[in-house]
Amino acid sequence: MAARKNTSAIKDPPKHLLGIQNLSVQEAKQILKEAKEFIILNRSDSKKLDVLRGKTQINLFFEPSTRTQSSFDLAGKRLGADVMTMNMDNSALKKGETLMDTAMTLNAMHPDLIVIRHQDSGAPNLLSQKVNCAVINAGDGRREHPTQALLDALTIINRKGKIEGLKIAICGDILHSRVARSNIYLMNMLGAEVNVIAPKTLMPKSIDRLGVKSFTNMKKGLDGCDIVMMLRLQNERMQGSFLPSKREYYEFYGLTPEKLKYASKDALIMHPGPMNRGVEIDTKLADDINVSLIKEQVELGVAVRMACLKRYCK
Amino acid sequence: MKEKIFINARIIDPSQKMDEKGSLILDKNGKVKAIGKDVKNSDVNSSVEKIDVKGNILIPGIVDMKAFVGEPGYEYKENFRTLSQAALAGGVTSIVTMPNTKPIIDNVSMVDFIIRRGRDKASVNLFPCASITKQIEGNLMTEFGLLSSRGIVGFSDVNKTIQNTELMARIMDYASDIGVLIMQHAEDYELSKNACINDGEIATRLGLEGVSSIAEKIIIERDLSLLSEYPCRYHINQISSKNSLEVIKKNKNNGKKFSVGVSINNLSLNENDIGEFKTFLKTSPPLRTEDDRLALVEGIKENLIDVIVSDHLPEDEESKRLPFARAATGAIGIETLLPLALEMYHNESLPLNKIIETITINPSKILKINKGSLKKGSDGDICIFDLETPWKIDAERLKSKSKNTAIEDRKLQGKVLMTFLNGELVFNQ
Repeated sequence: MAARKNTSAIKDPPKHLLGIQNLSVQEAKQILKEAKEFIILNRSDSKKLDVLRGKTQINLFFEPSTRTQSSFDLAGKRLGADVMTMNMDNSALKKGETLMDTAMTLNAMHPDLIVIRHQDSGAPNLLSQKVNCAVINAGDGRREHPTQALLDALTIINRKGKIEGLKIAICGDILHSRVARSNIYLMNMLGAEVNVIAPKTLMPKSIDRLGVKSFTNMKKGLDGCDIVMMLRLQNERMQGSFLPSKREYYEFYGLTPEKLKYASKDALIMHPGPMNRGVEIDTKLADDINVSLIKEQVELGVAVRMACLKRYCK
Repeated sequence: MKEKIFINARIIDPSQKMDEKGSLILDKNGKVKAIGKDVKNSDVNSSVEKIDVKGNILIPGIVDMKAFVGEPGYEYKENFRTLSQAALAGGVTSIVTMPNTKPIIDNVSMVDFIIRRGRDKASVNLFPCASITKQIEGNLMTEFGLLSSRGIVGFSDVNKTIQNTELMARIMDYASDIGVLIMQHAEDYELSKNACINDGEIATRLGLEGVSSIAEKIIIERDLSLLSEYPCRYHINQISSKNSLEVIKKNKNNGKKFSVGVSINNLSLNENDIGEFKTFLKTSPPLRTEDDRLALVEGIKENLIDVIVSDHLPEDEESKRLPFARAATGAIGIETLLPLALEMYHNESLPLNKIIETITINPSKILKINKGSLKKGSDGDICIFDLETPWKIDAERLKSKSKNTAIEDRKLQGKVLMTFLNGELVFNQ
């Protein structure tokens, strides 16, 4: 343990948070540890710190988002940063400005942090090559959503005490899901066993190479699982017809109290939101405080993002 | 022009199954007068210009069957002058140019323009292709007969595929009658929609939409079925997968006549090389798995693949500095075609003669052009290269106007020393 501490003291933390793939176990654990302390702060009366006072954080959202955007917004403000949010889906891009042009413009304003959400996989990587500040990925295409995975990990740790040794099922539209990918990497990294469950047409190629077991059957896939992560069936992303109907999907892949019984007795449910009630999850189940961690995920999201902002701000 | 004699050469000319130490004499008109081990220094008088090849290798000037010139319309990416310089530095003396310029080469006046312009500005042999369909839209065929009579060697919609089966049948039917070469890019658009990378682990990791090799195979299968009915001169531009090779093998074994090309990129790189979104490695067809790459190399050995092309596609930085899915497709490669191909000789996956064959006589035969050979009476287009010298690719030193090489920093062995065009020295390292 002592040796580990030493190396962390010498090595500078990476400048950007582009994905869980670029993170070491140690870094992930450090972020989670710090985030834990922010949970307490966020529940107290005085929620404001000044660790990022004088720092500028730009939230650059090329895709509409409610919870991630507000979560980053609040996280920055609670740490004392000046936060500016730019919704790009209807401005510069329509004028033909490229991502690189936007990056150069923003860079000239000397921000300390840029939080980016973009519909193209790899956009944050590209941005990070051109700006002088830290870049935090708030979701890119179908590639990664690292802070979501970190907040999911924190939520699990908060309830179950640990992740190591748990069996986690991720169920739904794996193909289009960045949440699924980031969670696969992180949960694996932290020692969990991961099952992914999806109809064949929503399962990415060679997914087993990412270190998971894949199932098309809920009963088999949920067997013995401690955590059931449901994914949104992303209607707006479906460009072809991947499924016969929502009704058929709900029949075979919607999480109902009956299907939950396939999982372990004290299994808990998660969902990154926003939910399609009655499509991927039974509405009562989603609101059942005994099994659903959905509200807690949102709460802990702020804490995780505070930890990330603090860590990556230079 | 003075007569020339090349002495102390290892001459490799697959068109006459020649691989021997010998000499070559070019006459006053730059044509091959004599070649081989029996040619002696004493065969010429003292006024002849003597070039000592010093044991290096002498081959026919390389014929690159697929390259993009920016003229007209994309001069900022590449022009005839820069393309010529890049080609000659790579030992390439004949280039088949693609018609996807702006405007597109789909009518007689454009052909006249390109030939005139090429004659004035280029210092290599240019063999222009015209598009198969008007505006490369895949709807209406171009004037195959008229265009051929003006000097078009083949028809290609470049990186676009004729999707309409009925139209493809008519194209092949019509082409079979007048004997023109149809060069198809094999890709089923329904299967490749939005895709920018091979469908597999890398696509899953990078979160990019992938295209399975089935998209390529299905078009090849369709076209080869049509070919039984309409036996035209048919060529598949570039294949990328093991899957396609199986179909090709079956059909070639059944005696069907057609030819197949492959890009040097697909022979020397695989999907893993894309790393974290290296857009210079975004190609069409995409780089596939190592298994596919090895199968392609084997395909050359088995004569299932006839031609290696550079698929030279210059792109400016702006078109490449975008998120992967939006970035332009293609890489430059004409200057590095031979040295990169030599890698397959050095790692013992292909015999040297085989490599040379795929970039000299094979494309010439398919195109029915009088190049790629040093038989007596041929044009004095010659490439002299050293097989061993190690060097490293430095994009900035490449002669192409665009610097989008897919093999930056790659260590290669073997380099072009001199290039002659019609007997004139046009490149000297």
